[in-house]
Amino acid sequence: MLQFALKRFGSALLVMFAISVLVFLIFFATPGVDPAARIAGRNADPATLAQVRHSFGLDRPMPVRYLLMMRHLLVDRDLESFVNRGSKVIPQILQATPVTLSLVIGAALIWMTAGIIMGTAAAALRGKAADPLIMLVGVVGVSLPAYWLGEVVNLITQKQLHDSVFSWVPPPGYVGLSQDAGQWALHMLFPWLTLALLYAGIYARLLRGEVVTALGEDYTRTARAKGLSERRILVRHALRCSLIPIVSLFGLDFGALVGGAALLTEVVFGLPGIGKLTFDALQNLDLPVIMGTVLYAAFFVVLANALVDILYARLDPRARHA
Amino acid sequence: MSRTLPAPSTEARRSPGPWRTAAADLVRNRSALAAAVVLLIVVVAVLCAPLYAGHIAHTDPFQSHVSGTTVVDGRTVPVLTPSSTGLGLGVTPIGPTWDPAHYFLGADNQGRDVMARLLHGGRTSLFIGFTAALLTCVLGTAVGVVAGYAGGVVDAVISRILDVIWAFPVYLLAICLSVVLLTNGLRLGPLTVDAGSLWLPVTIIAAIYVPYIARPLRGQVLVLRNKEYIHAAVGSGAPTLRILRREVLPNVLPTAIVFVPLMTALAMLTESALSFLSVGVQPPDASWGTIIEDGLGLLYTRPAVTIAPGLLIALTTAALNVLGDGVRDALDPGARLRGGV
Amino acid sequence: MPEPLLDVRDLRVSFRTRQGSVTAVDGLSFSVAPGEILGVVGESGSGKSVSMLAVLRLLTNPNVTVSGEVRFQGRDLLALPDKEMRAVRGREIAMVFQDPMTALTPVYTVGWQIAEQIRAHDRVSRREARARAVRLLSDVGIPDAASRVNAYPHEFSGGMRQRAVIAMALSCDPALLIADEPTTALDVTVQAQILDLMRELNGRGSAVVLITHDMGVISQIADRVLVMYGGRAAEEGPRRAVFHGPRHPYTWGLLDSVPRVGGARLRRLPTIAGVPVSPGALPPGCAFAPRCRLRHDRCAELPALAAGNGDAGHRDACWLPPDDRGSLRLTARAAATEGPGTGPDMEKEATA
Repeated sequence: MLQFALKRFGSALLVMFAISVLVFLIFFATPGVDPAARIAGRNADPATLAQVRHSFGLDRPMPVRYLLMMRHLLVDRDLESFVNRGSKVIPQILQATPVTLSLVIGAALIWMTAGIIMGTAAAALRGKAADPLIMLVGVVGVSLPAYWLGEVVNLITQKQLHDSVFSWVPPPGYVGLSQDAGQWALHMLFPWLTLALLYAGIYARLLRGEVVTALGEDYTRTARAKGLSERRILVRHALRCSLIPIVSLFGLDFGALVGGAALLTEVVFGLPGIGKLTFDALQNLDLPVIMGTVLYAAFFVVLANALVDILYARLDPRARHA
Repeated sequence: MSRTLPAPSTEARRSPGPWRTAAADLVRNRSALAAAVVLLIVVVAVLCAPLYAGHIAHTDPFQSHVSGTTVVDGRTVPVLTPSSTGLGLGVTPIGPTWDPAHYFLGADNQGRDVMARLLHGGRTSLFIGFTAALLTCVLGTAVGVVAGYAGGVVDAVISRILDVIWAFPVYLLAICLSVVLLTNGLRLGPLTVDAGSLWLPVTIIAAIYVPYIARPLRGQVLVLRNKEYIHAAVGSGAPTLRILRREVLPNVLPTAIVFVPLMTALAMLTESALSFLSVGVQPPDASWGTIIEDGLGLLYTRPAVTIAPGLLIALTTAALNVLGDGVRDALDPGARLRGGV
Repeated sequence: MPEPLLDVRDLRVSFRTRQGSVTAVDGLSFSVAPGEILGVVGESGSGKSVSMLAVLRLLTNPNVTVSGEVRFQGRDLLALPDKEMRAVRGREIAMVFQDPMTALTPVYTVGWQIAEQIRAHDRVSRREARARAVRLLSDVGIPDAASRVNAYPHEFSGGMRQRAVIAMALSCDPALLIADEPTTALDVTVQAQILDLMRELNGRGSAVVLITHDMGVISQIADRVLVMYGGRAAEEGPRRAVFHGPRHPYTWGLLDSVPRVGGARLRRLPTIAGVPVSPGALPPGCAFAPRCRLRHDRCAELPALAAGNGDAGHRDACWLPPDDRGSLRLTARAAATEGPGTGPDMEKEATA
């Protein structure tokens, strides 16, 4: 058990290290890319460039630069932004985390509930009119660009119907949960729904396929021959077995979203979360912030994967001894 | 057996072959057929973009018409009207005239005909989506087959790299690459892609989705690797390349083909998202994503500029997904693409 | 004759496919008396499994149509409301399937799955259901049942799983157990144990329908035998009668193709020529005619299941003259072992 935990921990560290190196290389080792030129601005003269290079430590060898950055980020915890000098990276990330967590956890609850209900219902009703109808909703969810949907939601709730149906919708933005729970939920409601619609479609389609397969398995026939009710066969046998592959995908998606993949939704709804922070830093090529957010993202990706492994073993007894 | 007996009553029916069967399945699938028709209409429409701009709307969709005028209901109106609200700094472009001859969907904030731009943008979006998907599927198949067939160290290294990219938020990776490459373009050995070229988003999108194809295919090849007929081929001394071409590739090809339409939908969505964040298609080129971005400032006054391209993206990707489902049911019902299905 | 427990009349099962309607079971009639073991034998595709699934209404595919009458303890199962049918399944009629590897839901313990069936039919507490599950497992010969009850299916071997499935089937003391090739997927030694188990539970009063393609299994355990071919009954009768005086040429083929330890050593094991009839291409007459060495003109007409001379319980569906079957069989066998060349004579002989 201890050996397994150590191995798991080791591989997690390795993934985080690999991701940080990958991103570092993208920004420092891509041919033709010069961060100093970005910082100094367009048309800077060679002297300024040299000075910028020196003061930001960009003239050092690459491994040294990487280690220095990691030391400032992880050991001294005083890594500063390249763009807004003096503003530290870690507090910015800490400030953005609760926003992203609020968005993603709420949306995940909605999409998993909706996805499981839709997928199971479609599988149970296959051959009837409801199945293609539910799956059509799924396809639409998968096919809508998330940011565009957000814009349209804004248009409807803030402008077109703001004077009638949606007068209670607050302007886009974020209110902390600890400040005012009601306002928090009100501000998050449409971001949640927008993000959830996309994933509910994906999960409903995926789950339908799994449940249909499970309903054709021998154990379903056994369950039927036992005299169980159709509902029990569907929920306790077919759905229960179908959840196993869904859970591992959920871990990946959840980790990626908390790690910043929700940035389009955050940008559209003016939520100052991790995705927005990363995106702004990318636009300015603010490397320290990028490295910070990327490592943060990697951390959540790895954490989510570890949680999935545990959950997987809980859901699938066959995985426990592997 | 007795010679005098006639042939068994159940004479073996001539099997039409897997590809023919799949094609027949696909044609019988009504929703897939409808999706194909929708796609065909969209493709024909965007191919006619220059015809529309030149001969119907008589406008250059890439040229701003800040001081232009047009005739609506017999009256001459300016294409752009200075804003009357707020500080009066912005402009309000003309709204939809619903007249195909001019400003069918109105103008954007540079006075350009949105309908004409929409058709031109569609060419870009479809081009990027399809070429990126094709490239991903080819690269992903190659990587997956090599990793799965070679096994050992090669497989371990490739798999770890794929795992890392697979786990990382794919949009973040795409944005990282775009931000870096948009300044100077990409020079990688003999491969050169200019910063403003459409091939840059194609390359980036193709690269980030390689694990989506390579991982499932690697799994398939691993299973194939242990099949008797592969052992037989290896045992008979057939060269590796020949085994890959004759035995392995034909078996994984259906899955790779299933992924093409689904991947095209995913690539189109990614392209539009990157363009929306202004790190995708660069001006003067237009795509449905950049038009949505153009319309952002006009969202509350001229929503058509934002809504129309979004609807087209949704329509096209939905059609691609339905068609992709049909292809999958016909060719390889077990194939699953992460995020797309 | 006692009132039969299960009485199937004119059962028809057809599948709607792309190539048109396919008849898997074509007017099958048979009955099972209380406490008896009926062996149903036939090649794969002969409709034996499908007909039993139809009896329990387990063919859920919407492309399947089932007609006929299935009387069980006086009620027509095919006309029963779903809810009442569920009370019959598992409680009155239990079924055991061929492949024990996939027959159990992988995510629940064996004990849980047995208790689930008990609680589906009897109002008992969880604890009581569990205790019964332990007793059942120990009854079917699983050692250390009290702890094995908490094992997952993947922790059991194939034979153990089949025992567990049988324990589950026995949990409500069903009046009828349908076992669909329960030993096919198992090792030979385990097969014998499972057959013993079947015989034992038959001793407790349950009637058994045992589906198999193995004449050896039938000869060990069945009271009566139903031979199926092409979705129809070819021959039906008491075991002794069918084994010692088989009447249908198909049954002859089945019996002759069993290797014998004691008998004379054969140059070649006789086989039944040709391939099994496909349900999609059922001939209007006798389904076996295309493969039959004794085929003649009458065979184009559908033969009815009828008693030959003497024994009313031993019936067959064949146009050959009833008195002369023994010698016909010998000529057919000689033709099969000697190989090609004797065909034409045989045909003459048969029509004579």
